[in-house]
Amino acid sequence: MSIIIKVTDVTTMFEDKMVHDRISLSINKGEIYGLLGPSGCGKTTLLREMVMLQKYNSGCIEILGNNLNYIQYEKAQKLRREWGVLFQAGALFSSLNIAQNIALPLKEYTDLSDKMISEIVKFKINLVGLKSRDALLYPSQISGGMKKKAALARALSMDPKLLFLDEPTSGLDPISARDFDNLILRLRSLLGLSIVIVSHDLKSIYDTLDRVAIIDNKKIVYEGTLDNIASANSHFIKTFFK
Amino acid sequence: MERSLLKITHSNDEITLIFSGELSLYEISKFQKQVDALDLDKIKNVTLDLNQLSFLDTAASIFINNFQKFLAFKKIDTQLICDKEEIQASLELVKNQKSDALPHAKQKNIIEIIGKETHAKYLGFLSFIAFLGLLFSTKIFYLKSVKNIRFREIAFEINESAIKALGIVALTSFLIGLVVAYQSAYQLKIYGANIFIVDMLGLSILRELAPLMTAVVIAGRSGSAFTAQIGAMKITEELDAMRTMGFDPYMFLVIPRIIALMVAMPILIFVADVSAVIGGMIIANLDLGITPELFLDRFNTVIDVKHFFVGITKGPFFAFLIASIGVYRGLMVQNDTQSIGFNTTKSVVEAIFAVIICDAIFSIAFTNLGI
Repeated sequence: MSIIIKVTDVTTMFEDKMVHDRISLSINKGEIYGLLGPSGCGKTTLLREMVMLQKYNSGCIEILGNNLNYIQYEKAQKLRREWGVLFQAGALFSSLNIAQNIALPLKEYTDLSDKMISEIVKFKINLVGLKSRDALLYPSQISGGMKKKAALARALSMDPKLLFLDEPTSGLDPISARDFDNLILRLRSLLGLSIVIVSHDLKSIYDTLDRVAIIDNKKIVYEGTLDNIASANSHFIKTFFK
Repeated sequence: MERSLLKITHSNDEITLIFSGELSLYEISKFQKQVDALDLDKIKNVTLDLNQLSFLDTAASIFINNFQKFLAFKKIDTQLICDKEEIQASLELVKNQKSDALPHAKQKNIIEIIGKETHAKYLGFLSFIAFLGLLFSTKIFYLKSVKNIRFREIAFEINESAIKALGIVALTSFLIGLVVAYQSAYQLKIYGANIFIVDMLGLSILRELAPLMTAVVIAGRSGSAFTAQIGAMKITEELDAMRTMGFDPYMFLVIPRIIALMVAMPILIFVADVSAVIGGMIIANLDLGITPELFLDRFNTVIDVKHFFVGITKGPFFAFLIASIGVYRGLMVQNDTQSIGFNTTKSVVEAIFAVIICDAIFSIAFTNLGI
């Protein structure tokens, strides 16, 4: 198995408050990897650092063989086309409808014909479990669950190898949340994705994740499979996974 | 609700306080006053009788608890008479709940406030300069190839922020022309210098009033809209989503807005010129008896075309200031809803201020250049 994301000794400070203290982890190809930890421990921050939205103070992050410390503009743009990101509230572009949201990267980055693009959009909409008739709705007209699905379809529109999900099941009812978990598992087997998930949802953690890293008190307190998680010595793990 | 009563009985060095009814947070301040008024100097024993209470809430429990502590501090013996379990439980809950003292907000002195504010303003200025730097470096990259220019967005923004503003710009300038002419007509009549209204209006409208009024209207209308749109996109993480998809927000949102306004502003100023002059012409006709033919004839001979171009030239500069401040303020929105309102206000105020400064610089420059 090859490593696609490698985080080495990353330290992050917010003004004078330390968030990460020399964090290291590695994520393998084809894996569903979870970043877990108590609220405010910096899981989302680490995810944002991986997708180049935020700078870290020291250390290095390597994604698909690119060191983010020294990455050039063109390389960075290319890398951005190789991943998809699902934000917590979806972050669909509010001025575009679902179909236009999904079509946007295709329109900007490819020279596909409009007919082909609309075929792809139709496929992606159905892939994530939305109905074709929802395609013309705007983000303000749809529910939270649909927003997440639509945002997932947009994240998948360029057929990325790597998917980042920030709390994909938060704010969903338990049934939709399980549906979403199944969707993620199905997508992994269908498309051979590697997926990084930030999550709080215990059920979805057990159902979907292959390996996890648990961040507590600025450090990684555990990295590995869920089977021997009880062996780790952390207050958060003892209370969360009891 | 049953009201609570406090009965106080004195005897030698003893006081008995009998509470009855429902003791809740609505009653405490009344009892606190009664308790504070007690003369405890020679008292050795206090009895608190809670047996007649039907209910005790947590606030009242804190009150009782504090009173007990106060008595203990004064070295007065206290007996608590209380048989009801619920009331005992409520008292226990308060007594056993350990809580840290709430932190005090640090008092700042005036020098610290001034220092911090000045530093914040300085950092704000630096970040605006950094924004301009990023803007120019993106713009150079952007203009390397015609393919990069996003004509559709620019056209959309021209329509949104300029064409749709034509009506209000024309109306405002028309009224300004009307008012200026009306005020000066009165003065000119005194000297019998009626015809000079044309010189006055022509110069002041073409050079100063029309560009400035247009800038103020556009700052209030379109500059604030830029801030609010981009700010809202920032809060909903749409800007982050764009970045992760490799769409530079500067390319997609910032530069089209700035270019659109820079292109459209001279057109708006032209419209403002025309409608303000029409406003002045109407007053000249009604008030001073100058016919439109005479007005235009005089206008043609005394007003040099350079005055018109001076006004129009200011347009793109004003537009750049308004659009870049509007967009910059939008990008400065933090992750809370208050921030949108704050930054929108700031954007309008700063844009108008910047436009006036810029106008002053132009005024000095043009005069010294003899234009």
